[in-house]
Amino acid sequence: MKQEQVPQDQENLNEGKLAKLYYATDEKGNYVKVNSIGWEPETVAMQQAWDVVNDEVETARNKVIDGKASPLLYWIKKNIMTTGMVAAYASTFGFMVRLHCKPFFFNRLSKKQLEKYAYTFRISVEELTDIERLKKNDR
Amino acid sequence: MTVNFNHKQSAHCENGVVSNLLRFHGLEFDEPMVFGIGSGLFFTYLPFVRVNGIPGVAYRIWPGQIFKRFSDRIGIKIERKKFSNPAKAMDALDQMLDKGQPVGMLTSVFFLDYLPAAYRFHFNAHNIIVFGKENGRYLVSDPVMETTTEISYEDLARARFAKGMPEPSGRMYYPLQVPGEFNTEKALWTGIKQTSDHMTRIPMPLVGTKGMKYLAGRMRKWPERIGDRKAILWLGNLIRMQEEIGTGGAGFRFIYAAFLDQAGQKLNNDKLIDLSKQLTKSGDKLRDFAYYAGRVCKNRKSDTKTFAELGDILEECSQQEQAIFNELYEVSRSK
Repeated sequence: MKQEQVPQDQENLNEGKLAKLYYATDEKGNYVKVNSIGWEPETVAMQQAWDVVNDEVETARNKVIDGKASPLLYWIKKNIMTTGMVAAYASTFGFMVRLHCKPFFFNRLSKKQLEKYAYTFRISVEELTDIERLKKNDR
Repeated sequence: MTVNFNHKQSAHCENGVVSNLLRFHGLEFDEPMVFGIGSGLFFTYLPFVRVNGIPGVAYRIWPGQIFKRFSDRIGIKIERKKFSNPAKAMDALDQMLDKGQPVGMLTSVFFLDYLPAAYRFHFNAHNIIVFGKENGRYLVSDPVMETTTEISYEDLARARFAKGMPEPSGRMYYPLQVPGEFNTEKALWTGIKQTSDHMTRIPMPLVGTKGMKYLAGRMRKWPERIGDRKAILWLGNLIRMQEEIGTGGAGFRFIYAAFLDQAGQKLNNDKLIDLSKQLTKSGDKLRDFAYYAGRVCKNRKSDTKTFAELGDILEECSQQEQAIFNELYEVSRSK
């Protein structure tokens, strides 16, 4: 890649916070360092990965609103976690986390357990249990 | 306590941390040098390791190896520590900072709030350097950022004790002793020899240039095997592994070409400079591959023809790299 070919696509997901370093050649073929603010194929691939995540969050949100899942499921998806990871943070077991994704079990959780989950997602217990708020942020 | 820390941006986090840490201790190694001596370049396709159902692809050696190999070859003694809980880990960090010693550590990208939101997946092997503390916030030199940044105590503690695979467990490291003199020439050749050996001579179909060829062959069948939607997701993942943060372009091939360029000048070896130019060409081909793959992902439609064509480009790359690393092996074998 030549120095002047380093892509600078304005449409990127870097929020202006980041200009990555690339290695490119100058006119003699020697390597120099060049900053790049973005490249379309990479942005497309990244957007695609986030679309999958957002789809899952949206599905989980609808399930919670329909009463088929507990808000725990929504927060797991929102934080791009797996039940195993959540179990490690909340010091419990993966199958327990999967159980707690059902409203029946979630509604019987102790305050202590709820606090553990809230700590995992860095939110308050009120936010964790609030289904009304999920209904409101309709897209 | 703040020390005077000279931060330089790099393409990849591990090289950058090594380069920046050693600069503080008086050794000047540019990023490509670290990458080359540490034998960072590699290729593996791991269809049986699935992340969210997507097969793993790596264009580099696994995390931690570059640093290990580099320090072995130059002769740097490194102190590595691991902790059982965040409070202990943060205390140990504070003690090191009080001594005026910058510390490298493993973190999870998810909790580093100075990075753009789009990059913050749960990737648990990101290297950063913490070099000071001001008003309760830690001063961070993240090699992929242009300038130094800062982070709060809570976020850093979280990032160091993220869960999932692999767990950083508060791992931190710093050089104990740097050698007065060392044999750069020998280290360079050892690094080149190992990379070229691993790229061409491991008798397994999934690694090195054989891995690229294998992946090219499998890719042609993706649409009919797993359906269009999944095939496009897998392709997107391939682009991300090749071009997303930290590769310096074309899945580390450009960093390695830069290394060969620098090594050739240092050793007065025209052959290395010539091979660097060839690697640049095959790297350009990988960029083309990412470009066309990106087009397929963007239009969200694929027919087997496009995937077959993409497979052809990748196979061509594997043939070119096979020739380059074979030659490199022959050059480095006698040294």
